[in-house]
Amino acid sequence: MLSAKDLKITFNPGTPIENRALRGMSLEIPTGQFVTVIGSNGAGKSTFLNAISGDLSVDSGTISIDGNDVTKKTAWQRASQVARVFQDPMAGTCEALTIEENMALAVKRGERRSFRFALNRSLRERFREKLSLLNLGLENRLSDRIGLLSGGQRQAVSLLMASLQPSRILLLDEHTAALDPKTASFVLELTARIVQESKLTAMMVTHSMRQALDYGDRTVMLHQGRVVLDVSGEARKGLDVPDLLQMFERTRGEQLDDDALLLS
Amino acid sequence: MSLFSMMGALEIGLIFSLVALGVLISFRILNFPDLTVDGSFALGGAVAATLIAGGTNPFAATLAAMAAGALAGFITGWLNVRLKIMDLLASILMMIALYSVNLRVMGAPNVPLITSPTVFTMILPENAPSWLPDFVLRPLLLLAVVVVVKLGLDYFFSSQQGLAMRSTGANSRMARAQGVNTGHEILAGMALSNALVALAGALFAQSQGGADISMGIGTIVIGLAAVIIGETILPARRLILTTLAVVVGAVLYRFFIALALNSDFIGLKAQDLNLVTALLVAVALVLPATRRKLFARKNGGA
Repeated sequence: MLSAKDLKITFNPGTPIENRALRGMSLEIPTGQFVTVIGSNGAGKSTFLNAISGDLSVDSGTISIDGNDVTKKTAWQRASQVARVFQDPMAGTCEALTIEENMALAVKRGERRSFRFALNRSLRERFREKLSLLNLGLENRLSDRIGLLSGGQRQAVSLLMASLQPSRILLLDEHTAALDPKTASFVLELTARIVQESKLTAMMVTHSMRQALDYGDRTVMLHQGRVVLDVSGEARKGLDVPDLLQMFERTRGEQLDDDALLLS
Repeated sequence: MSLFSMMGALEIGLIFSLVALGVLISFRILNFPDLTVDGSFALGGAVAATLIAGGTNPFAATLAAMAAGALAGFITGWLNVRLKIMDLLASILMMIALYSVNLRVMGAPNVPLITSPTVFTMILPENAPSWLPDFVLRPLLLLAVVVVVKLGLDYFFSSQQGLAMRSTGANSRMARAQGVNTGHEILAGMALSNALVALAGALFAQSQGGADISMGIGTIVIGLAAVIIGETILPARRLILTTLAVVVGAVLYRFFIALALNSDFIGLKAQDLNLVTALLVAVALVLPATRRKLFARKNGGA
């Protein structure tokens, strides 16, 4: 279970460009739930995700995973509990390393690393098996540099890498935003499959209301660094993009003016 | 060029291939532009020469020199990781600090080792057989050292720990997300890199008959030159080949220099060494692009 309580983050405090990115953000995600998070530009989606992963430290508030307070822990200390896939396909993998080396890094996520060889026959066999599930032919390219793959292929491998080790929560940061529509839907389907098969607790940040409603069990909308909408279960079923917009307007008393959010 | 000067070039080339391997770790693997090298090469020489002149066993003195180099690299890393000083600046600070440290260690601008025992005199037979003279044996001994170091690095960088170090330089954000303590990796990598450079300094002092305060000047350029020449001649994706390329690059570099300085018709003298180095590095840097252009023209229209 992930629990974030009253998180506050202010960038450049006390300057003209002060930005209160999180203003008392709270969210609880029970074990096994797949939450989609939407919000317009600057709503605090990425800031929230980076706070959970430990890339950003919060000014106040607490973050706990399975009851353990991790607020003061660094990103690498949280790695045993947090898996993530980045928005930029370049960010989630090491371009200069091969596919198998990248996967060998991920297979030891959050564990002690020894002086034994990072790769061996049984690991390669396991990687090959996992990659063959993607149907991208990557199982025959284990020793290719990952920089040679397309953005979509790299995101697919990133997803596999995130699922090689058990995690308490999987963070997906608009991981299909940089892909073309066809590849994006492939990666999304893959995401849904991996989350379901491994019964992962997951949080997916997305820019698209459609995606937010189509995937996962619960949808949370952020606005100005706070949760303004939280729908799940029966209330969420049959909900469409216009309904979501209406709900937003009712709670906030203002119009949503981010075209990207409406059109995608 | 005589056989004698060729063997001399090989000997120094092999010593500098250790520098090149160190530079490969900092510049290429950790992506850390490290100028500490100029100081830690002289530090290695200073520590080894001073200890040997004081009667310490040459092997122990060489190990002590490596430890001193590792400490120097560690401090550079620490300045960057803990105190957040920019990497290049941190290494420059360490480089000039080491100049004073080296003078303190030696207590004089130089420490001669003409009559003292060295690792070379201890391993090699006193009276070498005439068919295998000293100037052939010494490069052979150094070759053995370089091969051991190269294979050791190859092994390390294919281990789980080594992979973590490589990911730190390649994509530190991803490395942290995988649970790699990137700060520690930088400290360890910088220590390893400068330990190798100090080992080279210690061997250089013992091979050339003493340590000198100015022996480190330009070491980083020679190391970089070796890395760049190696990568140009043997462009490789696999690290095992890259380490080989770098060793070959260091030896070739020394041969080019010896050739340039020994060819009377060019009229170059020892004082032109740094000019020749700069020219050589410039050529090596331009060569890959020129080669691509030439090939493109050959296949023109395709």
